[in-house]
Amino acid sequence: MAASRDVDASFLALPLSALTDAALTRALDLGCEHADLRVERIRTQSISLRDARLESLADGEDLGLAVRVVHEGTWGFAAGVVLTAAEAVRLAEEAVAVAQVSAAVNSDRVELAPEPVYPDATWVSHYDVDPFEVPDAEKTGLLTELSEQLLAADGVEHVETVCQAVKEQKYYADTAGTRTRQQRVRIHPDLTALTVDRTTGAFESMRTIAPPAGRGWEYLTGTGWDWRAEIAEIPELLREKAKAPSVQAGRYDLVVDPSNLWLTIHESIGHATELDRALGYEAAYAGTSFATVDKLGTLRYGSEIMDVTGDRTAPHGLSTIGWDDEGVAGQQWDVIRNGVLVGYQVDRNTARMGGMARSNGCAFADSPQHTPVQRMANVSLQPAPDGPATDELIAGVERGIYVVGDKSWSIDMQRYNFQFTGQRFYRIEGGELAGQLRDVAYQATTTDFWGSMRVVGGPQTYQLGGAFNCGKGQPGQVAPVSHGCPVALFENVNVLNTSHEAGR
Amino acid sequence: MSSWDRPQDVVEKALAASTADGQVAFVVESSAANLRWASNSLTTNGSVRSRQVVVISFVDGGAGMAAGTVARTGSPDVAALVAASEQAARDAGPAEDAVPLVSEAPPGAGDWDADPAETSIGVFRDFAPALGEAFGGARDRGELLFGYAEHGMATTYLGTSTGLRLRHDQPSGRVELNGKSGDMSRSVWAGVGTRDFADVSVADLVGDVQRKLGWSQRRIDLPAGRYETLLPPSAVSDLMIYTHWTMQARDADEGRNVYARPGGGNRIGERLAALPLTLRSDPFEPGLEACPFQVVSGSSASASVFDNGMGTPAVEWISGGVLANLIRPRAWALRTTAPATATVDNLVLELPGATESLDEMVAATDRGLLLTTLWYIREVDPQTLLLTGLTRDGVFLVEGGEVAGAVNNFRFNESPVDLLGRITQAGRTERTLPREWNDWFTRAAMPAVRVPDFNMSSVSPAS
Repeated sequence: MAASRDVDASFLALPLSALTDAALTRALDLGCEHADLRVERIRTQSISLRDARLESLADGEDLGLAVRVVHEGTWGFAAGVVLTAAEAVRLAEEAVAVAQVSAAVNSDRVELAPEPVYPDATWVSHYDVDPFEVPDAEKTGLLTELSEQLLAADGVEHVETVCQAVKEQKYYADTAGTRTRQQRVRIHPDLTALTVDRTTGAFESMRTIAPPAGRGWEYLTGTGWDWRAEIAEIPELLREKAKAPSVQAGRYDLVVDPSNLWLTIHESIGHATELDRALGYEAAYAGTSFATVDKLGTLRYGSEIMDVTGDRTAPHGLSTIGWDDEGVAGQQWDVIRNGVLVGYQVDRNTARMGGMARSNGCAFADSPQHTPVQRMANVSLQPAPDGPATDELIAGVERGIYVVGDKSWSIDMQRYNFQFTGQRFYRIEGGELAGQLRDVAYQATTTDFWGSMRVVGGPQTYQLGGAFNCGKGQPGQVAPVSHGCPVALFENVNVLNTSHEAGR
Repeated sequence: MSSWDRPQDVVEKALAASTADGQVAFVVESSAANLRWASNSLTTNGSVRSRQVVVISFVDGGAGMAAGTVARTGSPDVAALVAASEQAARDAGPAEDAVPLVSEAPPGAGDWDADPAETSIGVFRDFAPALGEAFGGARDRGELLFGYAEHGMATTYLGTSTGLRLRHDQPSGRVELNGKSGDMSRSVWAGVGTRDFADVSVADLVGDVQRKLGWSQRRIDLPAGRYETLLPPSAVSDLMIYTHWTMQARDADEGRNVYARPGGGNRIGERLAALPLTLRSDPFEPGLEACPFQVVSGSSASASVFDNGMGTPAVEWISGGVLANLIRPRAWALRTTAPATATVDNLVLELPGATESLDEMVAATDRGLLLTTLWYIREVDPQTLLLTGLTRDGVFLVEGGEVAGAVNNFRFNESPVDLLGRITQAGRTERTLPREWNDWFTRAAMPAVRVPDFNMSSVSPAS
C-alpha cells in the first residue's frame, strides 16, 4: 500500500548529492543569497484509441536538472539535461549570469518567506499499482475492451479513448539545508461516444465524467470508479441528448453536479485567489483578479453558506504533495469563509509581498526546464454537514436545469465573466427531472453566481474533480489540480442557447 | 548512460541498433532564453538547454505494420531506447495508418553534418537595457508595463531506415508588451514575432502601447449586441489558427467536424468566404520559414508517424474563398483517393490586391468597434465551430473615421467559419503575433478584416 512505498531506487540512484554539492557550493561562492537545485524525472504515457483501435502509444520521460538562485535580490534560473557535477556548476554560473542580465530590469528585491528546514524528507502519493509497471499490452487491452463495449452499442458511431498516466519524481535541495525526495502518480482515462446523423449532418457526443485522479492503474480496474457501469449508461444518454429539445434561453435555477461545478470553482475561485495574479504577475498573460489584496477579509465572494479551502494534502488530489518546489510543507487553509474572501494561494516570494509570515506551499514547476511559479492548490467547496442529497435538492426546484459533466469553459482575464457548457443538461419541472436539453450554456459574473448559491449539498454528494492541464505562466506551464465539491443550487442564472449564439 | 554524443551520432546509433522492420529516429537539440516582467520590474527569467531523443520502431507481426514511440531527454541508453520502442510496437497491433516509410528526400533540408544552432541569454543584450529604459519612462508617466520576451532555437535531426537524413533549424521568438494605467483600469497590448530579435524595436512596441493608452483616456460603456467590428491581424490570426487546427480530413469525411457535408463527404469545393480570401501555409514563406518536412512522434487525425520525413510543400487550405484542402495523412489519402497534405508551422491569410492598412480601415469607418486581441478562446460547438472568448487589452469605438475612446470588454460567441462568409473587407497582409495561441504558434501573417455584425454576447467588466 501507499504508506510503505519509497521513491523508486532508480531515481535515488542518480548522483543527487554530488549535483547538490556542486551546484549549491558554486552558487554560494558566486555570492548568491539563496540557491536551490531540482532534479526531476517525469515519466508520461499517452495511449489513444480511435474506434477501439490503437491510434498512438507515446511513452516519454523528461529527466533534467535546474538551478535557481537569488543573486543581489534578482532571480536567475538555468536548466539542462546532463546530470554531472560539471554541468551543475555550469548551471549555477549560468543562473547567476541570467540574474546579472536581468538586473537591468529588476527593481523589486526577491525575499523568500522563511520555512523550517527539512534535511531528509520523503513523500510518496497514495496509489496501489504503478501504471508504468503494467505491461503496455495489458493497458491497451483493457482500453480496447472498454472502447469496444461502447462502440458496440446502438447509435454509437465513433468512440475516442485517451488514457494519460504520469509518474513524477522530484528531488529538491536548497542552501538552507532542505532535501526532499518525492514521487507521485496520476491517471486520466476518458472515453467519448459520438453519434452522427448522416442525412442532416448533425452530430453529438458524450464523454465519461470520471475525473482524473491521483491514483494508479487500479483506477481502471475497480478502485475509485466503476468504468463498466458508466460506459453502459452512455449510449442511452447520448441517444436521449441527440433527440432532446433545444433550450429556451433565459433565467433558470441551476442544480450543478460536482462533475461540472469543479471547473467553475477552478476558473472563478481557484485562479482568482492566486496572489501572484492579484499582484499583477500574470497581468499580460493568464490575467489578474478582481479579488485584489485590499479586499482581503471584506470581499463578499458569495452567499453565507460558501466555505472554500485550499489544500495540498487531500488524498488522491492532483495538487497534493509532501513539499512544494521551494521546500515548503503541504498545508490546508481557508480561502473563503461564510462567503467572504479570507486567504490566497502563495509561494515564498509572494507570501512576503502579501505580508504573510509563511508560504502556504503553492510553488510548482511542471518540468526541470521551468522555473517554479505559484500554482493552484486543491481549491475545494466544502459541503454542508447536514446538506441534502442530489435528488432531495432537485425535489425542491420548481423550474430549473440540472447540469452534469464539464465541457466548454471560458472566463475573462479578471475572472468576472464566465461561460460554461456541460455533458448533459436535464430540465427540472416541479421538483423532478423531465428529460435532457440541448445547446445549453450558462453565463454569469463570478460574485453574482456565487452570491446566488442557495443550497449546498451534503458530504454524501462530495466529489473530487480536476484536470491535468491547467495553464499558466510564460513560458507556458501546465499543472494538475483537483477540486472537491458537493452538488449545489444556484438561483436565477442566465442560460444561453448556443445554437442561437451561432446565429442559427 | 552513454557518453554525450553528437545528435547526428545518436540518430545513427539508434538506426544501427534496430532489429525491427523499420525505424525513424530524431533528436531535437534545443536552447531557449526568456525574460518576464510585471509592474515595470522583472518577475522570472531563464536560460535552458535540452535534448530530446525519439525512436519510433515499426514491426510487422504478420497482420500489418505496428508502431511504437519512446521519447527521452538527455543522453539515454540508445540500445535500451530502441529495444523499448520495438517492444511497444510488438505490443501495439497493426496500425490503421500504416503505409511504407518515406524514402524520398524533400527539398529544403539542411546540412546534416553541421553542429546544432543555439541561442542564449545574450540574445537580450540590447533588448534588456532598452526594456529597462522603457520601464523608467513608464514609471515617470505613472504607467505600468507587463510582458514577456522569449527566444528559442531548436535543431532537429531526423533519420529513417529508408535512408533519409534531414535537418532543420527553427528559431522562434516573441515579445508581448502590455501597458496599463497606474490604477490598472486601462490596459492595452502590442506584440511581435521574430526569428532573431534583431528586428525587435522596444521603442516601436512602446509607441504602439502609448498610442492605445492615449485612445483609452475616454471611457465609453456599450452594451452587448452585434457590432460592425474591425479585427486587427492578431485577432484574425487566433481565429484562423483554430479554423486550421480543426481541418482534419478524416473527421470531416466521418461527419464529425464543421467541414463535414450533410449527406456525407466533406465541404471541399464549397465557398466559405464571400471575398476571394486565401488561407495557406508555406515552409518557405519569407520571414515565417518553418520546417519543410514532417516530424511526428504520435499519430492522430492530423499526422501519422509513418509520414515522418514527408515534404510539406506550400498548400492552400482555402483558395479564393473556396475550401480547397484539408489535413490528410498519407494513409487516409490512400483510403479516400485524395492528396496527402500536412500542416506547416505557419499560416497566412490574404486577399489578392488588398492594400489598406488598419489605420485606413479605421478612417473609412463611420461607427464601429476596433479590437486589439482575443483571449480565452474555447470551442462551444464543434458542429458549427462556435467559439467563445473575450476581447482583451483594447476595444475602441470608432466614430466618423476616428477613435473616440475605449469601450468595455465583451464575451463573444462566433464561428470563424461563419465569420469568413461575413467579412466585407480585408486589408493588406502583415506579420502578426497571435495573442491566444503564441505559446504554440508564432508564425502568422494576416490582414485586418471588417465584419458588419460581430456577436458580442455579453459585457465583461474585466480590464
